[in-house]
Amino acid sequence: MRRSALLALAVCSTATALLATGCSSSGSNSGGGSGSSQQTLTYWASDQGSSIADDVQVLTPELNAFTKQTGIKVHLEVIGWNDLLNRIMAAVSSGQGPDVLNIGNTWSASLQATGAFLPFTSDVMQQIGGSSRFLPGALAATGAPGKPPVGVPIYSMAYALYYNKAMFQAAGITTPPTTWSEFVADGTKLTKSGQWGVSVEGAQTPENAHHAFTFAAQQGGSFFDSSGKPTFDTPQNIAGIKTYVDFMAADKIANPSDAEYSNGTEAVKDFATGKAAMMLWQDAGQDLTNYGMSPSQYGVVPVPFADTSATSGPTHVDSIVAGINLSVFGGTKNKDAALKFVKFMTSQPTQIALNKSYGSLPSVSDAYTDPAFQTPTVKVFQNVLASSAAPMPAVATESQFETVIGTALKNLFADAASGKPVTDQSIASQLDQAQQQLQAGG
Amino acid sequence: MSDAASALRGNRRRRRSPRSPMAPPPAFLWTRRIVLTLLGLFTFVPLYVMVTGSLKPLQDVQSAFQWIPQHLTLRPYIDIWSTVPLGHYFVNSLIVSTCSTVVSVLIAILAAYAVSRYRFPGRQLFSVTVLSTQMFPGILFLLPLFLIYVNIGTATGVQLSNTLLGLVITYLTFTLPFSIWMLVGYFDSIPRELDEAAKVDGNGPIGALVRVIIPAAVPGIVTVAVYSFMTAWGEVLFASVMTDDSTRTLAVGLRNYASQNDVYWNQIMAASLVVSVPVVVAFLLLQRYLVAGLTAGSVK
Amino acid sequence: MAEARAAVRAAVTRHVRRAGLPYLLLLPAVLFELLVHVVPMLVGIVMSFKQLTEFFIRNWTAAPSAGLDNYRFALNFNGAVGSLLLHSFLVTCGFTVLTVGISWLLGTGAALLMQDPFRGRGLLRTYFLVPYALPAYTAAITWEFMFQRDTGLVNRLLVDDLHLFHTAPFWLIGGNSFWALVVTAVWRTWPFAFLVVTAGLQNIPGDLYEAAAIDGAGVWRRIRSITLPQLRPVNQVLVLVLFLWNFNDFNTPYVLFGNVPPPQANLISLQIYDTSFENWNFGSGSAMSVLLLLFLLVVTAIYLLVTNRRRKADV
Repeated sequence: MRRSALLALAVCSTATALLATGCSSSGSNSGGGSGSSQQTLTYWASDQGSSIADDVQVLTPELNAFTKQTGIKVHLEVIGWNDLLNRIMAAVSSGQGPDVLNIGNTWSASLQATGAFLPFTSDVMQQIGGSSRFLPGALAATGAPGKPPVGVPIYSMAYALYYNKAMFQAAGITTPPTTWSEFVADGTKLTKSGQWGVSVEGAQTPENAHHAFTFAAQQGGSFFDSSGKPTFDTPQNIAGIKTYVDFMAADKIANPSDAEYSNGTEAVKDFATGKAAMMLWQDAGQDLTNYGMSPSQYGVVPVPFADTSATSGPTHVDSIVAGINLSVFGGTKNKDAALKFVKFMTSQPTQIALNKSYGSLPSVSDAYTDPAFQTPTVKVFQNVLASSAAPMPAVATESQFETVIGTALKNLFADAASGKPVTDQSIASQLDQAQQQLQAGG
Repeated sequence: MSDAASALRGNRRRRRSPRSPMAPPPAFLWTRRIVLTLLGLFTFVPLYVMVTGSLKPLQDVQSAFQWIPQHLTLRPYIDIWSTVPLGHYFVNSLIVSTCSTVVSVLIAILAAYAVSRYRFPGRQLFSVTVLSTQMFPGILFLLPLFLIYVNIGTATGVQLSNTLLGLVITYLTFTLPFSIWMLVGYFDSIPRELDEAAKVDGNGPIGALVRVIIPAAVPGIVTVAVYSFMTAWGEVLFASVMTDDSTRTLAVGLRNYASQNDVYWNQIMAASLVVSVPVVVAFLLLQRYLVAGLTAGSVK
Repeated sequence: MAEARAAVRAAVTRHVRRAGLPYLLLLPAVLFELLVHVVPMLVGIVMSFKQLTEFFIRNWTAAPSAGLDNYRFALNFNGAVGSLLLHSFLVTCGFTVLTVGISWLLGTGAALLMQDPFRGRGLLRTYFLVPYALPAYTAAITWEFMFQRDTGLVNRLLVDDLHLFHTAPFWLIGGNSFWALVVTAVWRTWPFAFLVVTAGLQNIPGDLYEAAAIDGAGVWRRIRSITLPQLRPVNQVLVLVLFLWNFNDFNTPYVLFGNVPPPQANLISLQIYDTSFENWNFGSGSAMSVLLLLFLLVVTAIYLLVTNRRRKADV
């Protein structure tokens, strides 16, 4: 009996072991970059192209060039936005992660607080060619002020107003709006059957948070005081958010269906297919081309301002500093190679090639010499980024902030879409709830 | 069912109606027709949407829904393979699901045999623990489990994070509680006399398990295997954190794919169908066993 | 003497072996359960007493103790976190009761109606099982497609074909999202109930029906006085399993609504996910999970006690 029991167990455990090794060996590659004879860096790239396969196609030639230059191999993994933050969390909490990775620049302060990323001290900056090469606006969104940043910008973006030229002409609008009252007046003219003044992405939390930030800033509002304490339901913030949500709620220049839009593509598609005449968007050239709208059909101008806001100073804000940063994971065993890679990715030729493919803006000034970045559209974005874009609040709870404010706006849009009034009170109560959630979370 | 009863039923069948001992009243027949038709439609509509959606050009899935497709195209089925390396993910999913199913079933058989045939201290504790693991929300395992895997990796050199092995272990454990519980029920329904007979023939307990119990429990084992396979095949959350691009599974691939191109509904539907077909076919082929397996297993 | 001692020793070892065998058989299961469930669960419980935010996630053993703060926050129903948790708990209760109730009803109803053979029965059975066989992810995403306001089938049917609404309603935001969630969950769940009840029906001895037939009982009487009581043990297990699965359901709402669900459809598992992964407060998320676990344990225990007692009383 004993023999047979042991035999059975032995059979089972061998089977398990066999299967396990079979499985693991076919899995190959465990990811972590161990630097033996030939150095290999693991690089987590965010999904910037139209698909992950597209990203691989864009990045591979550059990575090959890097390997040729330095002899360092790069193991590329493109991670969808759905999973990127969770993967980073897992890496941070376990200490096992990639060597170099992309992060959304609005996460900078939050990720900085974890202490799991290599601080880019002035020494480190020197190693990658100095901080003066970078656009100052983009460099501002790499961490909390006064602390060494946790990365450098690699792709830069900003918001602008996209408008459909033919529709403007048909409605007799000669110049694009520069204030919100003009914007709403034009939007009303442009709204008729099957066509709306503007398309918004009402259920997309980050998008909502970005707009809430900009619109509030124009009213002189701010979501955090100087000590980093949340101050959500100020009259300025409420006024700013009301202007934005009212596009749907009161002005009726946005399609109620937009309240459901959540994946960052529907609003662009509506604009491209002539269902909406305007949109407030980050560099959308690539997507618009994909949807069959040629650059000659639309115009790009800076986002309008509040009627009250000054032409300069702190309320002169018409965009967030949007973009992607390149960070080095603190647990890397290949720090020097990683920094070489950062230097390469932010070098002039690489910046030109990658940003051209992705339709984003270079984060280093010397890349703008390329004719691709001399077009009027790019000039608009470049100007915004240089003079009137503000970084999202650089607080450790920034990531939570985006979620709770974005959710508040999503709920307000849902109200607006179903015909419920959106009032100062309803905005205030949403903001109040969001703030309590944030505080309890911190 | 006794022989007499079945004979009786057989006679009646021939004599009266093709249904039951007593011809059901018309009200029953009408209820049956109506309810089953409605349920049939409820089941049908999403499946119909999936199939037709996958055959429509992008233009058509993005405009108002058409019951009858205006244009048909196979393009989505071609496009899905190039957008995401579905083929590679397919192989990964197959390996992970098969491995975790086989191991899970083996382990569950041993454990269920112990619980069903022996009374020992700790038996109750084991059962309760197994049951309660079903109640802890899976999301919360995610980080601790990842941490544990990484620590095992650093301590012993056995890489569990980002490998298929780690995923296999995770999944086989997900399905263990249900499998053990199902098999205990099934084993309980197998008469002890069979064990005794096997012992009289000179078999030890393991011999009895292998020669008598397992052959008698095939439907239960198939049920458990199908359940395990389906769970592993469709799991997304853990796979999304515990795999990298060389070990990614189909379900995560599908999700990644959908998340970035959410408006390409035709491709999403096509990819969903491709992902579903293997499990659905397997499930339906083995359905006969499932009914038999659950019959004994769920009743005890 | 020596022989006797040897015999005793042999008997003892035999006894030890016999007693040890069940443990040996359980060993692999216990090992894996420990690795993947029990230890992470304990880690989770430890986490729930820590202040585990972005500042400490890198080295969480060094995270300061939060004492009972995480629990206090979660259970303070006047605060934002507590009231949200309570709200999502109530939503989850409503969702679970409806989903389990409807699924059970549909599953049992269909199984009963299909108890007697008729032409095409086998095919229809197979067909009804398809939704359950689909990966959860695919089922939910198909429903998401159908619930789109402008391009979905649901509004096409309700607004354009049946003219039940003037303006197209929303299904993925606002109050309707709750019903969207229930319908999606029921679609996937009821075939399981159907499968289990169908299996359960095969176990009911045929002579019971024969006896009833001789007594002249009609179809409905048969169902009421034989089938349903006979199904009670099956139902006891089935309802419990459905309850646990749906109460913890994460996939369906996550696929339908994304990471931030509408408040009206905010299930507790999503609330916990948001607290942990969106708000980066793993301590608080763990505390909520532990509370959820306790709740489910208590409910399960009471349920088993009550149903077992009733079963015994009936017998």
